[in-house]
Amino acid sequence: MVLVLALGDLHVPHRAADLPPKFKSMLVPGKIQHIICTGNLCIKEIHDYLKTICPDLHIVRGEFDEDARYPESKTLTIGQFKLGLCHGHQVIPWGDLDSLAMLQRQLDVDILVTGHTHQFTAYKHEGGVVINPGSATGAYSSINQDVNPSFVLMDIDGLRVTIYVYELIDGEVKVDKIEFKKTSTTNPAP
Amino acid sequence: MRTFAGVEDEDKWLAEGIAGIQHNAFFMHRALDANNLREVLKYSVLMLSELRTSKLSPQKYYDLYMRAFDQLRQLEIFFKDESRHGLPVVDLYELVQHAGNILPRTYLLCTVGSVYIKSKQAPSKDVLKDLVEMCRGVQHPIRGLFLRSYLAQVSRDKLPEIGSDYEGDANTVMDAVEFVLQNFTEMNKLWVRVQQQGPGTVREKQEKERNELRDLVGKNLHVLGQIEGVDLEMYKETVLPRVVEQIVNCKDELAQYYLMECIIQVFPDEYHLQTLDTLLAACTQLMPTVDTKIVLTQLMDRLSNYAASSSDVLHEFLQVEAFAKLSNAIGKVIETQLEMPIVGAMTLFVSLLTFTLRVHPDRLDYVDQVLGACVVKLSSVPKLEDARAMKQVVALLSAPLEKYNDIVTALTLSNYPRVMDHLDDGTNKVMAMLIIQSIMKNDSCISTADKVEVLFELIKGLIKDLDGTNTEELDEEDFQEEQNSVARLIHMLDNEEPEEMLKIICVVRKHLMTGGPRRLPFTVPPLVFSALRLVRQLESQDGDIAGEDVPATPRAVFQILNQTIEVLSSVPCPELALRLYLQCAEAASDCDLEPVAYELFTQAFILYEEEIADSKEQVTAIHLIVGTLQRINVFGVENRDTLTHKATGYSARLLKKPDQCRAVYACSHLFWVDDLDGIKDGERALLCLRRALRIANAAQQMANATRGNSGPVTLFVEILNKYIYFFEKGNPHITPSDIQSLVELINNEMQSDNGNTTIHSDPFFTSTLRYIRFQKQKGGLMGEKYDPIKL
Repeated sequence: MVLVLALGDLHVPHRAADLPPKFKSMLVPGKIQHIICTGNLCIKEIHDYLKTICPDLHIVRGEFDEDARYPESKTLTIGQFKLGLCHGHQVIPWGDLDSLAMLQRQLDVDILVTGHTHQFTAYKHEGGVVINPGSATGAYSSINQDVNPSFVLMDIDGLRVTIYVYELIDGEVKVDKIEFKKTSTTNPAP
Repeated sequence: MRTFAGVEDEDKWLAEGIAGIQHNAFFMHRALDANNLREVLKYSVLMLSELRTSKLSPQKYYDLYMRAFDQLRQLEIFFKDESRHGLPVVDLYELVQHAGNILPRTYLLCTVGSVYIKSKQAPSKDVLKDLVEMCRGVQHPIRGLFLRSYLAQVSRDKLPEIGSDYEGDANTVMDAVEFVLQNFTEMNKLWVRVQQQGPGTVREKQEKERNELRDLVGKNLHVLGQIEGVDLEMYKETVLPRVVEQIVNCKDELAQYYLMECIIQVFPDEYHLQTLDTLLAACTQLMPTVDTKIVLTQLMDRLSNYAASSSDVLHEFLQVEAFAKLSNAIGKVIETQLEMPIVGAMTLFVSLLTFTLRVHPDRLDYVDQVLGACVVKLSSVPKLEDARAMKQVVALLSAPLEKYNDIVTALTLSNYPRVMDHLDDGTNKVMAMLIIQSIMKNDSCISTADKVEVLFELIKGLIKDLDGTNTEELDEEDFQEEQNSVARLIHMLDNEEPEEMLKIICVVRKHLMTGGPRRLPFTVPPLVFSALRLVRQLESQDGDIAGEDVPATPRAVFQILNQTIEVLSSVPCPELALRLYLQCAEAASDCDLEPVAYELFTQAFILYEEEIADSKEQVTAIHLIVGTLQRINVFGVENRDTLTHKATGYSARLLKKPDQCRAVYACSHLFWVDDLDGIKDGERALLCLRRALRIANAAQQMANATRGNSGPVTLFVEILNKYIYFFEKGNPHITPSDIQSLVELINNEMQSDNGNTTIHSDPFFTSTLRYIRFQKQKGGLMGEKYDPIKL
């Protein structure tokens, strides 16, 4: 059982003061093995904070990020799954699932994690799953009028991944889950 | 007069004294065993004569005294048993007065006196009165102190208190009190006289020695506090005034300080509350060298704890007007003690404020009053430079923040900003950061423009360069932390009423504009997004709301936004400005404000053309421009054409071919929007794809020319995917054969690479083909569409 936290678009301090207290109290150091972040933190303070939750932090560049050295996209392997990470402002039309599926094929990954729209989505298609963890702070978005703070926790277990989405709606944390199973292993035979 | 001698000498004398006591005690014990009263008295007198020495320091004298004390206990047992010595106690009392020297005589008298009282053959009060008078005969400070201390010890359980065996008539408590008071008064006088003149270092030694003796005097106050029957009335009318009188009159710094502390610690807090006038008056009459602030602070601390102990107690405080009295007393102390350094005065104010916040937290007028007095004092010094005093002022300002957990309360204190004004610039900023941290920690919301104005005045050290500061000197990380704090703060300013919110935004903007080019990149974005949230709120409401100065309409807000983002050109940071313009443009589109949206796009494009030269930045900028433009539906045909033409032009002129290719095919989406009434110009979309294809070809040729092999087929596969996208959406100009040819093109490109690579498959291409097969197998309309394509 490997826990992976996926979050992004915090936009601190441009659009939000901080993560919601209810989220902060849930994100306890030492419980999570990996963090993948879709970008737009935007400042080093948030980077450092995420590192305290888990030192294995993967992050890609959002258009408002202070640190220009984050990569435009990234791929990594966790257990049996290949994951791809990209902020999403590079994929036009923004939020278009077919275009994101194309990126997924291009990166050759089972799970693609992107952000930018501040809207949680989990979309299963022929090539795998596209996940958008939304905005962890519920930051303003020109794309999405009604933003609730949200983040995603993935539980990777063998060929199965359970995706938990945590959303803060009217002051209460609501949880939902989706399951996804791979049909074959990723790693080619040696 | 004691001569000053070396320690070895003193040890020698002490040893001699102890030997003398032991020697005579031996014989005294022999006499006790033989019940020989005469011999007992003879040797006890000799023994006690050792205490007549004037050569010992207090510590050593105490040692000697304790040995004698132990012996006297044995003696008392003997005296008590009439069967052993045959004399009635009255006669014994008479007999011992014949001893030659006064010191041994009085010790013996006290010892017999103890027995006398126990025998109840005379009222306790009479015996005690006699004894306390007799002690007057010994005027040597140290000898007298220990003698009276002995008297206090033996009399302790024999006072005529209420409920004791020795209770007397109606005045009994008064008698007990009178005895203790008299002993106390005399002991204090003796103690004060232990002081002698001498050079500096010797004085320190004297002070140390005096301090060793102080508990002897203080013990009397403890006893007074424990006497049964001493109630508030008696304390107020008799005990305290007499004690205070002695304290003030003795005019001794050490005694005054110690005894005032004693009073505060020994007697109950409710007594202090009811005798505040007397206590505080005493404080103002002490010698100027006494550290009154510590005394006052202790008093206030105790009263604060008392107030916290139960809620009933509070009305007592109000009834005795505790705050007013303390406040006045402190004012007086500060006024009269002119040499008190500023840090002392500040410490006093901190104590008073702590008291006020604990006892009267709801009385903001009191709190403000304390701050006001502080302002007056600070104004009397030209400039506050003492770091410790500065620390006290910070503590003073932090206390209300911590207490109220709500910055808004602190903002109503009119003197708060005035105190802050007296801080130096560095400390001012420290305080400002503390204020912001308090707001963030408590999740406070500041919701009126007035309060925002006050707040930003308070934190002005962070907002702009104050006179005399130079931002260049500031550590980069610290500076960023400061500015990020200010940025976060802006999100804590909120009001549901659009009118008020607009006022708030204007106030914030006014202050932020004074920040200078270094601060603007941090502070402008949060302001912009705060305004955009307001715009969204206004849009969702029906109708416009007319305000006083600026009517709260989206248009008005966009004007402010435009002017605000413009200022970033002075920094300059064109990339940030471009992003903000695009965000505003999309918001304007959502409000149906076509001219505003067009203007904002124009500004963004100008920035792109004139200011953004870095290739990587250009790529990101194009993504944002095209991505935004693709979503906007407010433009009429002409405006839209102008903007898309520009955007595609920029895309085609990016430096690197792959970037060009990707940007151009992204532009294809400008001509096809998947909404109900979105534009669906299939032909122009396809034109973009073909152009992208040409660029991809050119890129391949370049790779061949420079490196001798073809580059990866990625670009082609990407374009293929785009063809598929539009094909599926129903673009009539894209046919299955177009797709077929592209597939074959890619296959060819991969095979022509055979010479030097071993990679026969491209995963991207493979998964794309897999997708096509998947769609073919779907059946239905989609399957039909794909049917002509053969893989």
